[in-house]
Amino acid sequence: MKILVAIKRVVDYNIKVRIKADGSDVDIDGVKMSVNPFDENAIEEALRLKEQGKATEVVAISIGTAANQDVLRHALAMGADRAILIESAIAAQPLGVAKLLKAIVLREQPDLIMLGKQAIDDDAGQAGQMLAALLNYPQATFSSGLSIENGPDNQTLHVTREVDGGTEVLALSLPAVVTTDLRLNEPRFVKLPNLMMARKKPIETINAADLNTDNTPRLKQLQVNEPPSRKPGIRVNSVAELLSKLRTHEGIRI
Amino acid sequence: MNHLKTLILAEHDGKQLSASVYQAVTAAQFWGAPIDILVAGSNTIDIALQASKIAGVARVLSADATHLAHPIAEDITNLILSIASEYQVIMAAHSSFSRNVLPRVAALLDVAMISDALEIQVNQTYIRSIYAGNVLSTIQSTDAIQVLTVHGSNFAAAMTNGNAQIESVAAPTAFNKTRWVSENISKSDRPALNSAKVVISGGRSLGSADKFEQLLSPLALKLGAALGATRAAVDAGYAPNEIQVGQTGTVVAPELYIAVGVSGAIQHTYGMKDSKIVVAINQDPDAAIFQVADYGLVADLFEAIPALTAAIQ
Repeated sequence: MKILVAIKRVVDYNIKVRIKADGSDVDIDGVKMSVNPFDENAIEEALRLKEQGKATEVVAISIGTAANQDVLRHALAMGADRAILIESAIAAQPLGVAKLLKAIVLREQPDLIMLGKQAIDDDAGQAGQMLAALLNYPQATFSSGLSIENGPDNQTLHVTREVDGGTEVLALSLPAVVTTDLRLNEPRFVKLPNLMMARKKPIETINAADLNTDNTPRLKQLQVNEPPSRKPGIRVNSVAELLSKLRTHEGIRI
Repeated sequence: MNHLKTLILAEHDGKQLSASVYQAVTAAQFWGAPIDILVAGSNTIDIALQASKIAGVARVLSADATHLAHPIAEDITNLILSIASEYQVIMAAHSSFSRNVLPRVAALLDVAMISDALEIQVNQTYIRSIYAGNVLSTIQSTDAIQVLTVHGSNFAAAMTNGNAQIESVAAPTAFNKTRWVSENISKSDRPALNSAKVVISGGRSLGSADKFEQLLSPLALKLGAALGATRAAVDAGYAPNEIQVGQTGTVVAPELYIAVGVSGAIQHTYGMKDSKIVVAINQDPDAAIFQVADYGLVADLFEAIPALTAAIQ
């Protein structure tokens, strides 16, 4: 079984982004970039399936510029077998990402495609579902548990999904698309020797234009702003004072 | 294009229409086009009736089929696509249900999707938050069809004095590559987290699952509140994941939010900063949660919370 893991290069989750002076976008110039955290869970789960003998090959893929080699190297250092970089001058939006990934899926024919449930930059949470749709594949989003069961003729994927109020379990026939939640696993740390070894693993570069997909952005960002901050609050000195303040608000019965 | 209509995908639990559907109707009124609500499920006549009472709704489309009893994204998508040609806007309130389904719909209509819109403006323009709520992005769609989810709590609930007609629509045959197996939904006497008027959230400084329960449950009972937790408290095993409040959990906007021993990580404040009144109780006077609190009390949690519980009638 071959697993394709799609990873996005995003501003590191520890960084608070700044807005450009002209308000046109966030300023990510010189900011530390990392693998999207949810995608790291996807890599980890794919590697575990390989270590359990369920998968034979794990291929990491990313869309962006030559700079994306760093996140692909990270995936290779974690244990992915090889990597594909789709070079695209325009920052693809979820629909464009799904179309580019579809083109690679048709070429690579993976049995399972894994992606993080959302990227922590645009917080859209769409690419996995869109890819599954374009391929007419079954999907299981927000997964927190995953197992593969061997049947007489084929394998079935059992996925536990995080839904509002609890979890649900779906059984999917392969090939399928799964998006991963943080709870799925704890991604391994990359050891230095593995990072050195990863340099020897291949990264194939494909020009997005050669995939003949329409990945023109459909959404135009007009401006970005700081969210309004809440009015500064006050400190109270006791439970009694807190209660007396709260009781001045209409609609609060306490 | 004004003759085209707006479709709202309704969320329900098999018995009750979700409160967020009422908010979605208010959001949909922006376009001034006739609003239809799609109720998909099995034996959903009661839910369709509830939807028909929402003011401002033209039609309720009821797709009632046994294979929709536990609807999967693939089946709901095919159902929406079967009627999509009538609609210029296809939308829902943002939830784990809608964000599972609508990207799939958008892709097959070959349009972008706008996730969790905070505000709808003219000229297909929307405001949504990015970077975990640290930045607001104003975006304009260039697509002919708009597929979006809206941030329910930003829109008032629609009234319930409506009388829409209910029509049935045929559900396409079941997608046979995905099978629903089981679910584990927490049963609780407390109100649902995403619609509770009062939410009490605990952080990691509560110290253990037992203390979390012992300290917060009596207060929740007195206030009729839902319990929430931070990601750190969930990861430490003090609380179940489904009550996590934040970017990767549930987003809440109650009348009163009481944060107990919550540090105030951005990840968490994203999920509660739209609450009307925020109270923070924390031992650490420098905790970031105080920056988003209307009332802050620096105190030992294990003294302050029992005292607060005792002082409430």
